[in-house]
Amino acid sequence: MSAAAAETPLIAIVGNPNSGKTTLFNLLTGLKQKVANYPGVTVEKKIGECYSQHGKKLRLIDLPGAYSLNARSPDEAVLRDVLLGRRPETPRPDRVVCVVDSANFERNLYMVSQVLELGLPTILVLNMVDVAEQREWRIDAAKLTEILGVPVVKTNAVSGQGLIELKLALSREDISPPKWQDAALPEGVKAALEHSRDEMRQAGAIHTRSSLLEPLYLLSDHDPTHYGIADTQIGRIHELRSRMENDFPGWEDALVAERYRRIEELCAQVLKRPDQEIETITTKLDRILLHPVLGFVNLLLVLGLLFFLIFKVAEGPMGWIEAGFGQLGAWVEGLISPGDFRDLIVNGVVPGVSGVVIFLPQILILFFFIGIMEDTGYMSRLAFIMDWAMSKVGLNGKSFLPFLSSYACAIPGVMAARTIDSPKDRLITILIAPLASCSARLPVYSLLIGVLFPVGEVGAFVQAGIMLGLYSLGTFGAFFFAWVFNKFVMKGSASPMILEMPSYKMPALKSILLQVWQRARMFLVRAGTIILGISILIWAASTYPKTAGDDSAKQMEHSFAGRAGKLIEPVIAPLGYDWKIGIGLIGSFAAREVFNSTMSVVYAVESEDDENLAPLRDKLAAERRPDGRLVYTPLVCISLLVFYVFAMQCVSTIAIVKRETGSWKWAMFQLGYMTGTAYLLSLLIFQIGSALGY
Amino acid sequence: MPATLAELPVGSSAIVQAMPTGRSCLTRLREMGIVPGTRVSVTRRAPLGEPIEICVRGSHLSMRNHEAAFIAISAA
Repeated sequence: MSAAAAETPLIAIVGNPNSGKTTLFNLLTGLKQKVANYPGVTVEKKIGECYSQHGKKLRLIDLPGAYSLNARSPDEAVLRDVLLGRRPETPRPDRVVCVVDSANFERNLYMVSQVLELGLPTILVLNMVDVAEQREWRIDAAKLTEILGVPVVKTNAVSGQGLIELKLALSREDISPPKWQDAALPEGVKAALEHSRDEMRQAGAIHTRSSLLEPLYLLSDHDPTHYGIADTQIGRIHELRSRMENDFPGWEDALVAERYRRIEELCAQVLKRPDQEIETITTKLDRILLHPVLGFVNLLLVLGLLFFLIFKVAEGPMGWIEAGFGQLGAWVEGLISPGDFRDLIVNGVVPGVSGVVIFLPQILILFFFIGIMEDTGYMSRLAFIMDWAMSKVGLNGKSFLPFLSSYACAIPGVMAARTIDSPKDRLITILIAPLASCSARLPVYSLLIGVLFPVGEVGAFVQAGIMLGLYSLGTFGAFFFAWVFNKFVMKGSASPMILEMPSYKMPALKSILLQVWQRARMFLVRAGTIILGISILIWAASTYPKTAGDDSAKQMEHSFAGRAGKLIEPVIAPLGYDWKIGIGLIGSFAAREVFNSTMSVVYAVESEDDENLAPLRDKLAAERRPDGRLVYTPLVCISLLVFYVFAMQCVSTIAIVKRETGSWKWAMFQLGYMTGTAYLLSLLIFQIGSALGY
Repeated sequence: MPATLAELPVGSSAIVQAMPTGRSCLTRLREMGIVPGTRVSVTRRAPLGEPIEICVRGSHLSMRNHEAAFIAISAA
């Protein structure tokens, strides 16, 4: 750490989820933020800078939202570890800003009291004062300061009210430690914790000056993967916990009850609220939005709007991006003299970059939409309505939107899974998301259905029916595998579905846009580099070694890609495919829709327009094997369609899954189980179909 | 009088009587404010019967019947 950074105070922003903590952080720091992951876990680390009222530089860290320092998720473990100074790469904060949702004041005080006990100079921010006023909750800030000994600031992060006062409080360097007394521990528990602390100190698991709180929170965390310490010490902590639970059954629960008893005492002095709950916008809206019938109607409207935005509105910008890169390619083509280098730029790099950037409009729209839904509070209602259905396959309501988004594109869907707080549900959602038939499969479906049933013969009705069948097959597969993973693969008990229903409020647009921008940049940088690399690889594979002539079909056959197609032919022949289809399958790993353009090259079909599938379709329908049989028999088409429904053929998704799960392990597992299922099903279809004489 | 929170009809309230100790999922519910002696009311049920939305200490939470069935209640 540089000397300058050491002098700049580090201020942690903590609070319950939905307290408006991140909105405040965004208001204070604006674009002066660095977003990364904490090493070893997929928890976002956000550090920003702002200046105090006296022009002094301050560093702010936005810690993950949590309900308690008794960690139950990786997010909460990071919060606990940073506040206790247990994370080597993050210094212990000098001061803490504790953000409270004023409309849920009493519940929020639970973690506030835990944070106050840590003894760091703390500023208490009573956010969403407007919502509390609607409910006629009156919080006596002066009395709160008097009792707790901390500065109290009332804010409304959406309107910016109270921001100046908050900055003034941030500028204070004379904040004394809070007056809140440590939780009274029963004598036996206290003695046991002291003993545990000694043992942990000797093992080097905690530092020598640690208070009793550090062993307390470590012992009450049931997931050893959270600790971030050596395995031998984890075993020790486990033993200590078993002993605690043996000697003092229910000790944790007793501590919770004691804490709430003290919170009730505090609330009696500082909080006045009506005996009966007041009608607010939230209660009125919920009567409609959670109505058994109207709630569903509204849900369908919201999702309809989402799909309209992702499929239709995004189409325009996606077209411009495609056209723009097309022109860029043409411009470069005129600039550089013909040769391999020009070919690399025009046919490798430009389409590669284009293939990444083209997803941007969908990603921007989806994350803006999700931001609005989360910020207004509707997201919790969506999860509430969908929870029953998702619980049937072992997921919860929060998995619904990420999965649904995957029908547009699995990349934003996988990224959206960050909104799921149970790590197990989040991982399962990520694993099944690509089984939703994404928009990249659509061109392939259209082409093959066209070969299977030309429009003239059976009409658009049957085509649409088959399309629907493919979407249903993918959906069924996703639910089936969610059930399987939940039942047989994932360890760890199911975490309970506890969903907070926050009050509705206006969205903080600036803060949402900032988050959309951060997601987009993350996608471009992390996925972009990998996708670009693979695109160049696939270009090279279809370009080298070269043939003498100009015949692109010959070149394809001669190239590494063509040879690879022939190499895998024995493997895919039992599915009914020849080596030419093999090339298409290999090309599809860049992106599924590449199948169509690859097949155009393979069969040397000249088409002016990518949208017009007719020439390629007719060529496929007429294509024969060396022995004169048709290649694309109905059985082969169905086998191929099923393969495309299930196979994991998208490097962009693999790259994002690797990023979001933090390791190659799950990305490779996903590649294996999806492609394995695709292979098996296609094999069964072709072999049984052939045996039956189709 | 219904015996557990899972059976409490929509619109009525009750006092939490007892909850089994030492269960991780219930510890989190306690931390969200549901401890013995607290008044809880059921605001609504999702259309298909689950989850339920409850109000405790002025905060609205939802949970499934599975968890709610552990929470023994008595008349308010």
